[in-house]
Amino acid sequence: MSIILQVTDLVKRFGSLTAVDRVSFEIREGNCFGLLGPNGAGKTTTIEMMEGIKQPDGGAIRYRGEPLGEQFRNEAGIMFQTTALQEFITVREVMRQFSRFYPHSVGIDELAERYALHEFLDQDTRRLSGGQKQRLLLAMAQINQPKILFLDEPTTGLDPQSRRNLWNQLQQIREQGATILLTTHYMEEAYELCDEIAIMDHGRIIAHDAPDALLEAHFDDVVVQIHAADIPRDIGEREFRAVYRNDSAHILTGDVNKTIEHLLHFDIPLDRLRIRARDLEDLFLELTGKELRA
Amino acid sequence: MTWKRIYALFVARNIEFMRDRSALAWNVLLPVLIIFVFAYAFTDDNPEKFKVGLIAQGSLQGAAAQFSDTRYIKFIEFDEAEANLFKVERHQVDLLFDADGNRYWINRTSPNGYIVEKLLIAAYAESDATLHKILVEGDEVRYIDWVIPGVIGMNIMFGALFGIGYVIVRYRKFGVLKRLSATPVTAMEFLSAQILSRLWLLLVVNLVIFIGMDLFVDFRMHGSYFNLLLVFVLGSVNLICCGLVVAARISSEEVANGVLNLFSWPMMFLSGVWFSLEGAHPLMQKFALLLPLTHITEAAREIMIDGVGIIGIADHLLVLGVSSLVLLWIGARIFRWE
Repeated sequence: MSIILQVTDLVKRFGSLTAVDRVSFEIREGNCFGLLGPNGAGKTTTIEMMEGIKQPDGGAIRYRGEPLGEQFRNEAGIMFQTTALQEFITVREVMRQFSRFYPHSVGIDELAERYALHEFLDQDTRRLSGGQKQRLLLAMAQINQPKILFLDEPTTGLDPQSRRNLWNQLQQIREQGATILLTTHYMEEAYELCDEIAIMDHGRIIAHDAPDALLEAHFDDVVVQIHAADIPRDIGEREFRAVYRNDSAHILTGDVNKTIEHLLHFDIPLDRLRIRARDLEDLFLELTGKELRA
Repeated sequence: MTWKRIYALFVARNIEFMRDRSALAWNVLLPVLIIFVFAYAFTDDNPEKFKVGLIAQGSLQGAAAQFSDTRYIKFIEFDEAEANLFKVERHQVDLLFDADGNRYWINRTSPNGYIVEKLLIAAYAESDATLHKILVEGDEVRYIDWVIPGVIGMNIMFGALFGIGYVIVRYRKFGVLKRLSATPVTAMEFLSAQILSRLWLLLVVNLVIFIGMDLFVDFRMHGSYFNLLLVFVLGSVNLICCGLVVAARISSEEVANGVLNLFSWPMMFLSGVWFSLEGAHPLMQKFALLLPLTHITEAAREIMIDGVGIIGIADHLLVLGVSSLVLLWIGARIFRWE
C-alpha cells in the first residue's frame, strides 16, 4: 500500500510549552490509523496540523508526496471534536452549502440515506440530538467523497447504540477504500477500527504498531480476575500480588495453570473466576500512567 | 477564487439573517424609531435658537461688538460672504453679517432671520454707521430634510459594522470558521461572500426605510437616484470593510462590542449626522473628514438637498472607494479562521 500522508519531525509550540515534539509517522492508503493518548497529549494539535488548520513550527506534512495544497483540500474530509454550524440552517441547506465547496460531491439524498438523516433533512440543525448531529457532521465530512478522512474523537458523548452505528459507518467507509485518521479515548473503538495505532504522551509518540503487535510486544501475561470477596486481601496481595479494583482482585500471570493451582492451595473458590487477555486499555495505562490528566 | 463557493456562503448567510426574525425586525425598526425620536425632539432642544454668520477681519468694535454679545445667538465665523450665501438661502444660518462692510444678508421667508434682523438694527440704533440689507431667496431646508441622509448613513454604519463584525466574531468563537477552514474555501472567498450578503441586505433594508420615510415626511430629493445609490453602495462597502478589519482576529463578542463602539460612536456624533459641524473646532472638522460616515452623509446631502451631480461628489466617492480597497486588503491580510 502506498503512503498517503507522511508526517516528519512535526513540532508545535505554544509559548514555552512544546505541545508536539518531533512527531513522525506515515499513514498507508486505505488504512485506519488511530492516534491515542491522554488529555493534553498533543493528539488534537497533531491532527489539526495534519488537516492544515494549524501551522507547525517545525517539520513537514506531505500528502501523496506533496505539501498540503489544493489537492489535499479537495480530497480531505474532516470531522472536528466539536463543530458549530451556522444558525437557522436546515440539514439539507448545510449539506448543499458544503457540497458547493468541492469540485465533486456526493448527492445529498444519497448521504442522507446512508447516515439515516432523511427524516431530518428539513429540520434546523440546532434541533438535532447528539447522535443525529454526529451523523450529520460525518456526512458533511463525506460530502466530497474524501480519499482521507480525519475524525477527532467522533464518538465522544454518544450513547452505545450511536457509537456502534458510527463504527459501522466507518467500517463501510474503509471498505470503500478511504483512509481514516482517528483519535479516540475509547480503546475498544481503536482496537475495533484501526489497522495501526500510535500512542502519544507529552507531545511524543511512545508506541506505534498494529494493535495486536503492540499487545504482543508489551505483554506476555493475562489477567486472572476473582471476586474480591472470594480472596482475602492479605493473601491476595502477599501471595499473588493482586491489585484490588472495585469488587475484583486482578492477578497478572504468565502461567494460568500454576496460578489456579496456587489459588486452590489457599482454598479460593473459582466459581466467579474470569481470565482475560491484556487489552489496549491496559497497554495505554501502562504506557501513559494512571495519574489523572488535566 | 470560485463564485460557486462565494455563492454557497452568500446564500447560507442570507438564510441565516432572514430567518433570524428578531435581528431582521431590529434592523428595520431601529432607524425608523431613531428618525422619529431624534428628528422631532432634537430640533427644539438647542438653547442657541439663532445662528448668525459673521465676517470680520479684526476684533469687533462698537455696535458690531454689542450685537455679537447678544445671548442665545450662535455666531459662526466665515471668511467671505459669497461662498456662504447658500446657508442663508436654506435657513441654515438666519442672517449673514459682514461687520467690516456694514452689510447683512437675510432670507425674506425666514422667521428667525426676521427676529435676528431686529436685534441687529437695535444694536446699531445709536451708531452712525448705516447698515445695508440684502435680501436672498430660497426654500427652507427643514431639519428632517437635512437629517435624513445622515440617519440613513448611520443606519448603514450600524448594520455594516455590527452586522458583519459580530457575525464573524461569533462564527469564530463557536467554531463555524474553523469548520469552513477545513474546506477549500479561501479567506477572500469567505470575506467576499460576507460583503455581498451584507451589502444587499443593507441596501434593501435602507431602501425600505427610504421609501417609508418619504411617505411619512416627504423629504427633499433633488438629485439623481443613481448617484445616491452609488454613494450608499460605496459607503456600505467601506463600512463593511471596517467591520471586517475589526473582526479579522477577535474571538470575543465583548471585545468586538467595545472596538465596534469605539468606531461607531465618534462617527455617530462627529460625522455631522445630527448637527452641522459648522462652527466646531477646526481640528474636529479635520478629524471628521477621516470618518467614512462624514463622506457618506455629506455626499448624500449634496445629492438630496442640492441636487449635486457626480462631479460634485467625486471627492467623497474617491475617498470611500480608495479607503474601501485599503481596508479590504488589510482585513484579508490579517484575517484568521481561528
